[in-house]
Amino acid sequence: MIKPNLEANIGGLRMKNPVMVASGTFGYGEEYGDLVDLNRLGAVVVKGITLEPKEGCPPPRIVETSCGMLNAVGLENVGVKAFIKERLPHLRGFDVPIIVNINGKDAKEYGVLAKILDGVEGISGLEVNISCPNVKAGGIYFGQDQAATYEVVTRVREVTNLPLIVKLTPNVTDITLIAKEAARAGADGLSLINTILGMAIDIHTRRPKLANITGGLSGPAIKPIALRMVWQVAQVVDLPIVGQGGIMTAEDAIEFILAGAKAIAVGTATFVNPKASIEIIEGIEEYLLREGIEDINALRM
Amino acid sequence: MILSQIKVLDHQEITPSYHRMVLESPAIARGAQPGQFLHIRISDRHEPFLRRPFSIHRVRREKEGQGEIEILYEVVGRGTEFLSKRQQGEYLDILGPLGNGFRIGSEGRRIEKGALLIGGGIGVAPLVFLCEELITNHQLPVTVLLGAKSQDNLLCEEDFRKLGALIKIATEDGSCGHHGLVTDLLPTVSPPSSPIYTCGPYPMLKAIARATQEYHLSCQVSLEAHMACGVGACLGCGLKTRQGYKYVCKDGPVFDACEVIWDD
Repeated sequence: MIKPNLEANIGGLRMKNPVMVASGTFGYGEEYGDLVDLNRLGAVVVKGITLEPKEGCPPPRIVETSCGMLNAVGLENVGVKAFIKERLPHLRGFDVPIIVNINGKDAKEYGVLAKILDGVEGISGLEVNISCPNVKAGGIYFGQDQAATYEVVTRVREVTNLPLIVKLTPNVTDITLIAKEAARAGADGLSLINTILGMAIDIHTRRPKLANITGGLSGPAIKPIALRMVWQVAQVVDLPIVGQGGIMTAEDAIEFILAGAKAIAVGTATFVNPKASIEIIEGIEEYLLREGIEDINALRM
Repeated sequence: MILSQIKVLDHQEITPSYHRMVLESPAIARGAQPGQFLHIRISDRHEPFLRRPFSIHRVRREKEGQGEIEILYEVVGRGTEFLSKRQQGEYLDILGPLGNGFRIGSEGRRIEKGALLIGGGIGVAPLVFLCEELITNHQLPVTVLLGAKSQDNLLCEEDFRKLGALIKIATEDGSCGHHGLVTDLLPTVSPPSSPIYTCGPYPMLKAIARATQEYHLSCQVSLEAHMACGVGACLGCGLKTRQGYKYVCKDGPVFDACEVIWDD
């Protein structure tokens, strides 16, 4: 039988398969170099970048929870200049689209970051993170506010023709309202969901388990919520969606595609199983073969 | 760094809370350095969710093509409780060897006089591998200070003795050796200029770090932290150092005591 077509297109960003590795879970691509052949991935979304280097939150930064984990890393990163100079050259050596996740203190800074990254060799797209839950100044308010979302995406759109994927936060009452604003401002795609704000307390010390008190919940615990939000947004916005949130297996990934996602991103699963993304690509292909579906883009609920 | 399914060759309960597990992996055994760790997937379900790091306790790699690694662990939570139920003959999903281990000598200089190893509680686990390396491959005299809550919790005394190390013991309840903390034994050791390698509870490491700084001694500490990825991708195990945040999994778990900014 002929191999099914796995190619996906997110607003002009062409991928050999629909499986990305999610921002913040794959470092700058080097960390898993011994275990994962980057050339096999649909795309790599690198660790969130800010204009200046950022130190991040004090430890403890992570805690295990039921079927998942909380993190409050606080966007620690090397800053955009060091990223381009020190980290990007290694990534250019692979045949895989690199998507840079950007985070600004205000709408203007998002624009500045996008302008710096526009035209840099080896960057295939931007993921505009308007939803990081840990750093108040770094985003959560943008993604919770329709006007702020519109303003940020507009600022970025003005300075670059790179495919723009806007990453939405689930910490809102109606995610479709935010999704519509991102679309209206010129987004090429939407990434959802980011982590869900959560908390854990140590009953022996009677203190929060995270130094930051609250953190972002990820892992299979959040999958049903992510799936529901992807489905809701897919009903009302005509933009390709990168579905993510608790995907551990090919079966999980296929659920997201059936809910309306064009592509998916594997995040926390990589920590548990470094080869999760590769196994998911193989699993999707096997599923399509088994079901007699020739093109993943034809897969519908 | 290798990710593979590894067979449990032996799994013994030393006491109800301490277990020793022998794993078959020639590839990991060949490359392992004292102080490095294994990142073990406890369950193939979602509970407990994250891998758990275990320092390498011993390695056997004498014969070509053969190799065994041992871990020694204490049952302290859900992860170790799950692990304690795994049986001989089962396979475990293991990532390793990970991290930077103990450095023997510095900048090409050989250790002249020998080494001082200080282990508290389950912290002795990586020191047995290190002791073997120092004595067998570097022909160095080794003194070991062993600390535990009580005689029942005293680990590896026999292992160190067989390797030929000089041993001094402290127990908090006085049931064996000095009645008090292992750090009380520090002034009794000679020569005082030996480099120190230590692993144990945080307050012990902090006290040793403070004492060694006072006397300008070289001291390496093996730290633990909650971690998710084990390879420096998630940035979950950030540690405050004089050079900014470092990561216990990738930059450590062994650090120079003087570079760590110790919490109060």
